[in-house]
Amino acid sequence: MRQLKKDVRFADRFFLACVRFLALAVIVLLLGMGFFLWDASGTALKSISFFTFLTTSAWDPVRDVYGALPVVYGTLISSFLSLFIAFPLSVGVALFLNELAPPFLAKVLGFLVEMLAAIPSVVYGLWGVFVLVPWLRTEVQPLLIQKLGFLPMFQGPAYGVGMMAAGCVLSLMVLPTISSVSREVFRAIPENQREAALALGATRWEMMKLALLRSSRSGLFAAFMLGLGRALGETMAVTMVIGNRAQIVSSLLAPAQTMASVIANEYAEATSDVHLSALALVGLLLFGITFVTNAVARLFIWRLK
Amino acid sequence: MTSLRRQIGDFTRLRYRRRKALSGWMTFCLTVSACAAAGGLLGVFGYVVWKAVPHFSVSFFTGLPQPVGEPGGGMLNALLGSLFMVALGTGIGVPWGMAAGVYLSEYGRGRLAVWVRFAADMLSSVPSIVTGLFIYVLIVRPMHRFSGFAGALALSVILIPIVARNTEELLKLVPQHIREAGLALGIPRWRVILSIVLRGSRGGLTTGIILGVARISGETAPLLFTALNNRLLSLKWDQPMASLPVQIYTYAISPFEDWNVQAWVGAFVLVLFVFLLNTVTRWVMK
Amino acid sequence: MKKVQRLLILSSICFSGLASTATLIHGAGATFPYPLYSKWFTDFQKVNPDVQINYQSIGSGGGIRQFTDRTIDFGATDTPMTDEQIKKVGEPMLHVPTAIGSVVLSFNLPGVKTLKLTGELIAGIFLGEITQWEDPRLKAINPDLSAKGSILVIHRSDGSGTTGVFTDYLSKVSTPWKDKVGAGTAVNWPVGLGGKGNEGVAGLIKQTPQSIGYIEYVYAKTNGLSVAQVKNKRGEFVEPTLKSLTAAALSEISQMPKDYRLSLTQASGKGSYPISAFTYLLIRQDMSKSNKGQGLVAFLKWALSEGQSRAQTLEYAPLPPALIKRLEATLQTIKVVP
Repeated sequence: MRQLKKDVRFADRFFLACVRFLALAVIVLLLGMGFFLWDASGTALKSISFFTFLTTSAWDPVRDVYGALPVVYGTLISSFLSLFIAFPLSVGVALFLNELAPPFLAKVLGFLVEMLAAIPSVVYGLWGVFVLVPWLRTEVQPLLIQKLGFLPMFQGPAYGVGMMAAGCVLSLMVLPTISSVSREVFRAIPENQREAALALGATRWEMMKLALLRSSRSGLFAAFMLGLGRALGETMAVTMVIGNRAQIVSSLLAPAQTMASVIANEYAEATSDVHLSALALVGLLLFGITFVTNAVARLFIWRLK
Repeated sequence: MTSLRRQIGDFTRLRYRRRKALSGWMTFCLTVSACAAAGGLLGVFGYVVWKAVPHFSVSFFTGLPQPVGEPGGGMLNALLGSLFMVALGTGIGVPWGMAAGVYLSEYGRGRLAVWVRFAADMLSSVPSIVTGLFIYVLIVRPMHRFSGFAGALALSVILIPIVARNTEELLKLVPQHIREAGLALGIPRWRVILSIVLRGSRGGLTTGIILGVARISGETAPLLFTALNNRLLSLKWDQPMASLPVQIYTYAISPFEDWNVQAWVGAFVLVLFVFLLNTVTRWVMK
Repeated sequence: MKKVQRLLILSSICFSGLASTATLIHGAGATFPYPLYSKWFTDFQKVNPDVQINYQSIGSGGGIRQFTDRTIDFGATDTPMTDEQIKKVGEPMLHVPTAIGSVVLSFNLPGVKTLKLTGELIAGIFLGEITQWEDPRLKAINPDLSAKGSILVIHRSDGSGTTGVFTDYLSKVSTPWKDKVGAGTAVNWPVGLGGKGNEGVAGLIKQTPQSIGYIEYVYAKTNGLSVAQVKNKRGEFVEPTLKSLTAAALSEISQMPKDYRLSLTQASGKGSYPISAFTYLLIRQDMSKSNKGQGLVAFLKWALSEGQSRAQTLEYAPLPPALIKRLEATLQTIKVVP
């Protein structure tokens, strides 16, 4: 009997040790990722300081000089452009599905929007290359140049591929993330708040504004940050439509390059050690930026709960 | 006096009408945005179907890539390669993720659990290209070989946090008294967890895993410099391996019309597979 | 759970049955000769089913890198490796030229079939100094040019031998280019869009009206893209053809060094196309550690004999016979499993 008890206790301990080990391994994985990227970027950090790397804009493999500013710029602008389009749209989708649509319609549309998240990135890229880019080049961009050409955002030739194409594709990709988080946020607001607003004589829109949007600001902020996190790290679709050119120009029509796309384009192909490790450094930077963005978003979500 | 009252009445009525109009207008805008989002999906999916269906053929599933300029051929190597890497990635990622999830829900009360949870959340938001980079530095360079194994490992790193968090959420839903009942019967804790708690939420776990599998089977970026690609039909774990997403990417940016067509068909197969996994599991597991 | 196990076992049986016993050789590198290599490897496998060669066109830069890192069995490049790069490999290695190809200036101008360019004009366009198709400098040698609007420049986004050959040429013909940009497999482009691989650049040109870019000839040919005539050292405007490529090779062959690293750009011969290059396979001298060496040498011998005639159908010029003789002797020096 005692022996049996001992066995049981041993088995229990063994099981706990196993699951604890694997759970710990998740932390190790994350730390390891940071460490190995840092390790791989050692060569680059020997020749330039991190600060110079972050603030110079030459990306010149011939002279082995690397500055990450253009790709950081490209990443930030394309992501914010996509959120500029997708955030209002997603909140609108969430409001419509939660507050306005009849249950059946909400179910169908909600499913369709969720499926947007299921389409693989490379398929968005394919669609972007053959549908979105030609459309932007022949229809949208000439019109923008003609009507709004005085703005620095819409100057230069209409390439089709470029910052704008990347922003558009990204906005489709982050839309489901933002809208599903927003829906959760709205759902968490008690029904009586809505009723109270309506009882005070608010119209439907005023009710949404007063009872929902105003009281869920931090939740919507978290949704925004999660969407941003997704947009920052998105690789394939962006690589295929952004034009792959590291430069800082004000025009949204011009080609650009993001951190993720420069890695995808050059990592397997870089010849010099410095080039390779500069790319690893870009990876580390991207890792850091998405880490902070998502950590902030999680913090807000945890606080809500 | 009366005129003033009427004026106020007119004013509030006007205000009310304006407010009403604004509300109607906003309602319209919200409807449009929802339709636009759903339309976006139908637009992308519809276009893929429209481009792919005319060229859909058996040889896509049975043939191998042809040299440039020779029409025909298929993606058998990529299909099997994807299947191999996703299966291996699932084989590594699911037990690992589930163990972490079990730890979080069954034992996770201390500070360690907070960190594990945080790490899992952060891991799930690491850009997939960075995961690829990590596996290249960790596996490919020391092994001196691009390999299907490295690709599978990269996929499993993406899967682990998804499965872990899903497992935790689901196991937390299992009422405490079920565990207590098991323990009261003298069943050891590990058996309670494996055969009662986990088994009880089988359905949800499977759904979560399948959705995770759907997610990793569409990943391209982590395979670019781990599995690379392979023109031949090869399923050796330590050799470069083709995969459907990478093949679609290569074919999509190529100038050859035959290849573009194949990219569309490949995209169609991939999207259909992912959609089927999504819809069927949701429908069956409901 | 049991079902899952059974499924796993079943699938692993299926997979192991599919894995063949042939020698697998992995190579990667230049996209420039990829159409030729993909044909060669397929054809070679037909005559020699025991050897299967997998080639990935990731760019010459990648070929050199992965060859040095030993992640592949052989590399491929169009710009020969530099002395410094060879030193990094850390063991004796060979450059084996396999064919001659050309980098062409391909353009997408609706309604325009012919375009004449000089080295200075090309440098001007790729430096961003000539930005409009109606530029007088272009009009001066193309009086009938009807194109208008911005010139959309397309270049490579990855490390590339095609870029190496092209920038090598531009550095020879234009001092501003040499000073501002220089030559290399990846450079800091003053203007333009980046496409991945020859495939990506050709795809972008095809999709973008008013664009111009540089690609390997066969990519232009198979896609029906128009190709510019380029002024050579003797002042002739030459189209890239098998004849003009062979002319370039023959005029320079006398200077072929022992290690075969020779630039063919701006060749001096009559009627020679100025932007042409040998494309090389990178082979380790000592391949006696596995039986892959035998397979690779067998392939090289095949490529230098049978393969050469197939090169022409894909618009690559065959190597001059004298060079093939020398190469065959060199192949004997590769150490393989006896």
